[in-house]
Amino acid sequence: MRVPLRFVLPAIVFAGLVVFFFIGLRLNPGEIQSPLVGKAAPAFALESLGDPTRQVGSADFAGRPWLLNVWATWCAGCRDEHETLMAITRQNRLPMVGLNWRDDRALALRWLDQLGNPYVAVAFDHDGRTAIDWGVYGAPETFLIGADGRVLRKHIGAITMAVWERDFAPLLAPQGEG
Amino acid sequence: MRYALLMVALFLAGQAFAIDGGRAFEDPAQQERYERLIRDLRCLVCQNQSIADSNATLASDLRREVRDLMEAGQSDEQISRFMTERYGDFVLYRPPLRPRTWLLWSAPALLLLGGIGIAVLVIARRARAARANPAVLDEEPDQT
Repeated sequence: MRVPLRFVLPAIVFAGLVVFFFIGLRLNPGEIQSPLVGKAAPAFALESLGDPTRQVGSADFAGRPWLLNVWATWCAGCRDEHETLMAITRQNRLPMVGLNWRDDRALALRWLDQLGNPYVAVAFDHDGRTAIDWGVYGAPETFLIGADGRVLRKHIGAITMAVWERDFAPLLAPQGEG
Repeated sequence: MRYALLMVALFLAGQAFAIDGGRAFEDPAQQERYERLIRDLRCLVCQNQSIADSNATLASDLRREVRDLMEAGQSDEQISRFMTERYGDFVLYRPPLRPRTWLLWSAPALLLLGGIGIAVLVIARRARAARANPAVLDEEPDQT
């Protein structure tokens, strides 16, 4: 028996919508692919969080892989991921640099004092300009920069050990571990 | 009546709140250009607002950036390139025309053409049916 087109067509359209929404609704609109991945990491030179007379800059870490973690004390996700950052640093595979974004210096220092300091150095981005250069829009954000100075990976939101092992650790092997 | 007027006034006053705390440009043409630029940039923290509408810190930082770039004599294209290099095309409320956005840009025309096509088909079929059997035009049941 032949089914008339006017019965078949809505079914096809409906199936199409199901596929469309199945894919579309599972995408996370909060995760915007950074145009920075694959490009040279933006250079910066800022005051050190702990010592305003010292500078922390991207040039200090050139020539080996390093991590840049954007954080602030007003950021709840940063607190969530802090233990993971400590664990990554304990692995002793590469230096982790902090970018303290639009924060209060005293509060930020107290945070590191109380929760532990996973960073080799923390740059104090008080006016948020360096964060804009890096395309940061929501802390925490974590960037992996390769030995050649290019951004290899960006993670938006609190990093977990699972994310670290899946998205970051495999990229470290061919680079040679700093 | 007085209360009604008050309500209307309060309602209208809502529009008057300025999110942008920065000073205005001296030149009205520059101010207009600034307002147009920030209306076309998406605030990435609060994705359904432009940076003109949002009071998020990032939005105010990006407004400051637009202002500084304008004062440095940058063109509209340079400013929008500054933003897309950092945040991708997503930051633009008018996505650029390129192969992966062809469908997006042509969708309104395609939908309109599709609608016209369906309308023509339906009208033609009804006209044919009416010619073949004029009684179908009166198929509404007569209630009287």
